[in-house]
Amino acid sequence: MKAFGEKIGIGLAVAILTIPVLILYVYLFLISVSEDMIGIIPTGFTWENWIEVLDGEIPVAGATFYKYPNIYQVALNTFFLAVMIALLEVILSSLAGYSLSRFKFRGRSQLLTTILILHAFPGITLLIALFFILVQIGLYNTLIGVILVKVALELPLGIWIMKGFFDGISWDMEMSALVDGCSRLGAWWRVIMPNVRNGLMAVLIFGFLSGWAEFIYAQTFIAEQSFWTFSMLVYAFTIGEYSYIKPGITAAIALLYMIPVILFFLFAQKYLLRIQLIGKGGA
Amino acid sequence: MSGESIWQKEITGEDIKRFFQFLFGALKDVFINLYNKFYDYGSQIISRYGSKMAIFFFLIPSLGFISIFYFLPFVLTFLIGLTSMDFTFQWNWVGIQNYIRIINDSFAPKILGNTFFYVFTTLSFFNVGMALVVSLITNHIPDEVGSAVRGIWLLPRITPSTVYALLWLWAARRESNALINWFLGLLGIPPIDWMLNHPWVIVILVNGFVGTSFGMIVFTAALKSIPEDYYRAARVDGASTWEIIRYIEIPMIKWPLLFVTAYQTLSLLTSFEYILILTDGGPGLYTTEVWSLYSYHVAFRSYGGTVEIGYGAALATVLVIIGIILSIIYWKVFKFEEMMSEPKIEV
Repeated sequence: MKAFGEKIGIGLAVAILTIPVLILYVYLFLISVSEDMIGIIPTGFTWENWIEVLDGEIPVAGATFYKYPNIYQVALNTFFLAVMIALLEVILSSLAGYSLSRFKFRGRSQLLTTILILHAFPGITLLIALFFILVQIGLYNTLIGVILVKVALELPLGIWIMKGFFDGISWDMEMSALVDGCSRLGAWWRVIMPNVRNGLMAVLIFGFLSGWAEFIYAQTFIAEQSFWTFSMLVYAFTIGEYSYIKPGITAAIALLYMIPVILFFLFAQKYLLRIQLIGKGGA
Repeated sequence: MSGESIWQKEITGEDIKRFFQFLFGALKDVFINLYNKFYDYGSQIISRYGSKMAIFFFLIPSLGFISIFYFLPFVLTFLIGLTSMDFTFQWNWVGIQNYIRIINDSFAPKILGNTFFYVFTTLSFFNVGMALVVSLITNHIPDEVGSAVRGIWLLPRITPSTVYALLWLWAARRESNALINWFLGLLGIPPIDWMLNHPWVIVILVNGFVGTSFGMIVFTAALKSIPEDYYRAARVDGASTWEIIRYIEIPMIKWPLLFVTAYQTLSLLTSFEYILILTDGGPGLYTTEVWSLYSYHVAFRSYGGTVEIGYGAALATVLVIIGIILSIIYWKVFKFEEMMSEPKIEV
């Protein structure tokens, strides 16, 4: 009897802890497939919102002048942004992490300290100066500008993760490659890199997700609708000039936007947890 | 990437498939090419100049990025803060005028108060409080269930900020059939216009739900590392679960508690993304405006017809200086190196 009471207690605790988080996602899904909602209870099932969204062109109620950016173009922009950020981060941080883990040179410990301090430092406070720099070098209002800024601000974290993984690989492996006549670069590429696959995956996933979700930098550095990403579209539909759009359509777009997030959540949680532990905190 | 005309014709599934094949193919080619070029060039440099150059070859790309988009902005934020720069980007030096203006700014006390209130409340209720509750409870229930619960608390963090804010804005609408008011209605409470009358509640809830996961993971890692013997000894002595929490677990994670408090203070102090989306500092005049958001508004939104990049940068400089000081303190006090070089904990 005691075990049964315990099970109920656990069930109750789990319910209280998880329902406030989960219910909002259920709410979002129900809004996207129903005509109206009374609280959490949907009234009138419909696929109409999804059909309209997947059609690409979002219907404009009453307005004839405005044309929203096509959903597929927005998806493409977001994808381009996220992939570029992820790839650049992986390449740069694996190079730098390796050299910090393996080479002895003057200034190494100072450099490590700097990277750690930068990792704790909130890069968002530099927004105004970054805006100024992008305008000066002609990358304002381009996706490339956002990509470069994001990569730079996340590099300290990436370098630190990669350095940790390189530290975990024994010297012997590299030595034997070098003795067998491999060049330094060859040893790095053929012997070491395959052994830090987990680290590369972690940085790649982190870079992709943070690029995919990016809002503030994109919103600040991009002016043209043809460069919009999902975050800007959802923001515009929520609060901005188009907030009169049907909630069901916004909900479908938001869910579409969340697909990669859900996939990573289901299949790559161990990487996510690892990143969280060492990653930037902050709300 | 404007391509308006492409989108006017009918798009079939085949088109999309072909397009993505093309895109992936092209991306792969570009990167393999780049990587090979890079590799060849590096090999040449190393064989010509020896391994001293190899260090540069590995480090220079990252250092370049960090210099241009991290160090340069540090300096520029400070310098721009000494000008009255507007959207024409002229360097009109005004000395410390901007800082005098901050002191005399009639909104500054209110915004400063808001900032403290926001950081303190979110931190104590969620980033530390809720995180502690979640990690303690999940530590005392079967492990598979516990990690599932912790996994669910990661969701708000990885959900794109615009989507998560949207969810709460919908749930908190003033209509009686919106989620929160509907639920309160079941309890017999009349509908409340949350965003108008209690904006702080929603702002803190949203930031709190997002911020809980960091502390939760740090605390869980610390709890997992408490030796099993301690628990056994306590149970033999007849300690209840509450007593175990009170006299064993909490004292053992004092250090992580301090770490999370310190680390999240800085994050909350400088982050304004969710407030920007939820209330944009309103409703009304600066009701939920915090320091970092004020800096953003001054620099990028024109209220009186002009943007004041100079004044915004001065406001940001204050945060940059606080950020540098706190980051260095963390590094000194918490022996960051040890904290951060532990990627092998499985939570």
